[in-house]
Amino acid sequence: MRMEGQLNLDKHKFLEALGKISGENVISDRSLLTVYEADGLTAKKQLPWLVVLPREVQEVQEIVRLCHQHDVPVVARGAGTGLSGGATPHAEGVLLSLARFNRIVSVDFENELATVEPGVTNLAISDAVREQGFFYAPDPSSQIACTIGGNVAENSGGVHCLKYGLTVHNVVKLKLISPEGELYELGSEAFDSPGYDLLALLHGSEGMLGIVIEVTVKLTRIPDAICVVMAGFTETADAANSVSDIIARGILPAGLEMMDQPAIHAAEAFVSAGYPLSAGALLLCELDGHRSELEQQITDIKAIFENRSATSVEVAFDGDQRDRLWLGRKAAFPAVGRLAPDYYCMDGTIPRRQLATVLAKISELSTEFELKVANVFHAGDGNLHPLILYDANNEGELQRAEAFGARILTLCIDLGGTITGEHGVGIEKIDQMCVQFSSDELSLFHGIKAVFDSTGILNPGKAVPTLSRCAEFGAMHVHASAEEKFPGLERF
Amino acid sequence: MADQADDLRKQVSDAVSRQQSLNIAGGGSKPFYGYAPRPDSLRLDLGTHDGVIDYAPEELMIRVRAGTRLEVINQLLAENDQMLGFEPPDFDGQATIGGAVATGISGPRRPFAGAVRDFVLGVTLITGEAKQLSFGGQVMKNVAGYDVSRLVTGALGTLGVILDVSLKVLPAPRKESTLAFHTDLSETFELFDRARGYATLSGAAWQDGVARLRFSGTEVAVDVAAEAMRNGASTPVEDDFWIQLNNLKWADAPRQLWRISVPRSSPLFLEKLSVLDWGGGLRWVKDPDGNPRDALDGNQGHATLVVSRQVTEVELFHPLTKPVRDMHRKLKSVFDPQGVFNPGRMYGDM
Repeated sequence: MRMEGQLNLDKHKFLEALGKISGENVISDRSLLTVYEADGLTAKKQLPWLVVLPREVQEVQEIVRLCHQHDVPVVARGAGTGLSGGATPHAEGVLLSLARFNRIVSVDFENELATVEPGVTNLAISDAVREQGFFYAPDPSSQIACTIGGNVAENSGGVHCLKYGLTVHNVVKLKLISPEGELYELGSEAFDSPGYDLLALLHGSEGMLGIVIEVTVKLTRIPDAICVVMAGFTETADAANSVSDIIARGILPAGLEMMDQPAIHAAEAFVSAGYPLSAGALLLCELDGHRSELEQQITDIKAIFENRSATSVEVAFDGDQRDRLWLGRKAAFPAVGRLAPDYYCMDGTIPRRQLATVLAKISELSTEFELKVANVFHAGDGNLHPLILYDANNEGELQRAEAFGARILTLCIDLGGTITGEHGVGIEKIDQMCVQFSSDELSLFHGIKAVFDSTGILNPGKAVPTLSRCAEFGAMHVHASAEEKFPGLERF
Repeated sequence: MADQADDLRKQVSDAVSRQQSLNIAGGGSKPFYGYAPRPDSLRLDLGTHDGVIDYAPEELMIRVRAGTRLEVINQLLAENDQMLGFEPPDFDGQATIGGAVATGISGPRRPFAGAVRDFVLGVTLITGEAKQLSFGGQVMKNVAGYDVSRLVTGALGTLGVILDVSLKVLPAPRKESTLAFHTDLSETFELFDRARGYATLSGAAWQDGVARLRFSGTEVAVDVAAEAMRNGASTPVEDDFWIQLNNLKWADAPRQLWRISVPRSSPLFLEKLSVLDWGGGLRWVKDPDGNPRDALDGNQGHATLVVSRQVTEVELFHPLTKPVRDMHRKLKSVFDPQGVFNPGRMYGDM
């Protein structure tokens, strides 16, 4: 295990060697390093030892090779928008920013593929192909800023992944650099590749297995028509049941989002989207396809909403109107952010049938921890984003918010879900990994890590906890699954 | 409906302690695929470890034991107007879901709906240390831990015994229509290009001078696409073409049958083509003169020798680049340190 001060490293010599490779691309001035002290998980700050912003692939290979030789940790970073601390720097390590790799290398409309460098933003891909009638489907809310390299590392989702999939479903090929500085490729421009699906394995691996240096993505055709149906409900349960009814009716919406009353109020106060303030829950349902097909689906969905006692229903085909309905949802995080000095965003995923149970329980926990909470929810795929409101200036409130969040995650596991649907584990949820996985499962993860990174220089301390950390955390993993034969046998 | 997990784990445990290699078998529907099991391997029968553990139509999720026959799953899903999106071949009802996931073979719908691995949400595995471990889960989005579920999909059982698998399912289309066009290959590619403009396209194949397009979806959207694509050369057809195609019924006792996966617009292998599928991305070549791999270099695709009547020096699965092959070997030893699971089934030294 890597520990601070363990390195028998001549820092001066290392810096000199790094300077020879990267020259002015190295940042070691403390005042400039602070820019990189945190990613989107701003509660956890850590200055890196050094930052490098290379421009060439070969330069990255040489930097990584040097770090490998000297056993210096490497933390890769894109735009730093991640919410789980996946790109939180290492005090003794090099923060490798890939922000300058921001070119679109090629677009192949014939095969509906685009090859881009890792620092290209998610939205820039769609912008580059929109005129030809295409877009890149996964759309995390940070899509203006987040990079495709980071999307691969986190296996990012977005509001459209119920129909169009996550990053792993939309990337066909990766060019990577190993910790030894070797360049290799996974996947291909064909529909499949020989051997094990290492391409899938690398997705969501949080920079622990390799450094992504080029990404080939699948492009999707812009649908003929798009519409948004918004409905307000008095009871959350009616909104949740409507979601199940829509799926049961055989309709697969492009997006299906839900907000609770505190979130509706916060959003409406912030952007005036025209949301019904009397509603206890709001559903936004986006449909796409052929226009006449959508009209049929809207009729079906309206009937479902009426049957579930919707108090208001609004349909928008027109682009501006659709944008207005989405505006509140898309601004939900900053809107909730205005209600309190700080908020803590959770990312648990549950089977949708458990929604009412989870919301009731979160409400109880809110009382118990004396912290307010607003809920936004990718309802279609069961991904919850409770936003816990707190004030870091009040002593103990951050700790209380974290404890509240941890309870929500444990609840998600108990109900057959997971601690993270799309934000990743990073450092934020590393202790909850001890609850979701047994020590044997974690050991297998460590085995996989060692295959790709035998000395552990890539992003140490993230994503997968050591067994000793779990022992210290004191979590007992108990599988909820009825198929598990010896639940809780492993205790430490 | 039988849970044989305890017994299977015990069999694996015994085999591991005796360093006895195991041949993991489900319905035995694909014995031709991959290298034959080693003669000294013991059969580990998953065929009776079957049954649906959980099926929630409104969650678009089904969790089933590996030995469950695709036939059973397809029928259950159909009763609820749902389906498996990756359209696995069921080989006359013999194939099991465990085998479908382990081989990772997807059907004609693959370019339009996704591959097997795109629908795998979670697995329970017996590892080479006879431990029963769970990865992924029953929810659509899950980024906790490395994606072991997709890693074992298509690994031909070499990384562990898949006990059960959780899959995302899709709503079944309200309507499906196939159009047939008598046309040569160059026009076929143009036809496929135009057809891709319709989101309902769910099959695009060519065989023996006939191209076929399949559209699936709501009635109105299917009708719109079929109407627009129809021309003098086309006829609507209702037959079991897609099933025959998927189950390799057309292959008819080949000496060699190659499955070649290439970018859709690739100009390769069009002269001696038996079947073009996946809108151009999948090419089946029967009894070629040489080794098709000689025409492929770099990242132009890969070729699998799916059926070979004679013993051949040619590797059945496409050779891997050196760094990737090293990773395979090391992963194999992490999951299966004694090398008991399907040794040599995929690559000779794993």
